[in-house]
Amino acid sequence: MIEINEELCKGCGLCVAFCPKDVLKMSNKLTKKGIHPPEVINEKDCTLCGNCMLYCPDLAIVIGKEEKIV
Amino acid sequence: MKIVHPLIKYVRPGFLSTTNCAGCGNGIIAQSILRAVDELEMDIDDFVFVSGIGCAAWIPSPFFNADVLHTTHGRPIAFATGVKLSNPKLRVMVVSGDGDLVAIGGNHFIHAARRNIDLTVICANNGIYGMTGGQVGPTTPSGLKTATTPYGNLERPFDLPNLAKAAGAVYVARWTTYHARQLTKSIKRAVQKKGFSFIEVISQCPVQFGRRTGAGNAVTMMQNYKKNSVSIKKVDKLKENELKGKIIVGEFIDREEPELCEEIAKMRERIG
Repeated sequence: MIEINEELCKGCGLCVAFCPKDVLKMSNKLTKKGIHPPEVINEKDCTLCGNCMLYCPDLAIVIGKEEKIV
Repeated sequence: MKIVHPLIKYVRPGFLSTTNCAGCGNGIIAQSILRAVDELEMDIDDFVFVSGIGCAAWIPSPFFNADVLHTTHGRPIAFATGVKLSNPKLRVMVVSGDGDLVAIGGNHFIHAARRNIDLTVICANNGIYGMTGGQVGPTTPSGLKTATTPYGNLERPFDLPNLAKAAGAVYVARWTTYHARQLTKSIKRAVQKKGFSFIEVISQCPVQFGRRTGAGNAVTMMQNYKKNSVSIKKVDKLKENELKGKIIVGEFIDREEPELCEEIAKMRERIG
């Protein structure tokens, strides 16, 4: 499961660039900050490698298995 | 239904947004420090984070929910030395930028390494004075155009790991923000190490460095770090011209030397 916190995201695109399976894509949506946040396009390919979470400078992206949902 | 970020428990309550520009490497370094604390299962309240002035000084302050000392320009190591000597049980970590630690605070840096006081120093090296508008710094690579060197930088940059090694540090490593996993491992090693440990992190500054020197945006800069970094284990096999423009990453030294706080305790015992 991938969750993107659009309030924290600054739209730098590092998560999209370093995803090995092209799970994410920059969206056309505009947030309150005036940036384009990423969106999940094919979640089934996600291997939970954690690159997006590791390289996000703003703690805006979280991945986890379904059962770990709090 | 919401997943909570595993590191959000270390972030000061009321945190709305990081202080970084979009794509800044400082956020990756901040996460690596928090992840190292989390993986070591240490209490973040046992730490004192000391930072100076500059963009990288905003990594711990006010972001981390711990004791944070945001000090004057160039003096975080001097303050950290005081904190450590007054209470040697505390784990003191200095997190600051290249302009703060090795430009204005260069003397404090080499003397703390010479004394071998138990500090962990993490230097976010973006190669430029980012906060003040992209001026040339002592770590700017030669030939680059910055706000104050419109015809290219004529000076040579500091080689920080070798400087720390020669000054007497017991643990020295260099990574880039691309090597976030290895960086976390190195921070864990540095925190557990008794003595002066130093980690240089080459970090991207897309706004000042990227724009002024033509290095591109955050993604291009990080992809270049991936392409241009060479492990220290492979350096001996490469020729000098092959190493030109490359970033040597890895652990430069890991040795044991007498530590200052322990030596002071021994001296106290000896003189009664």
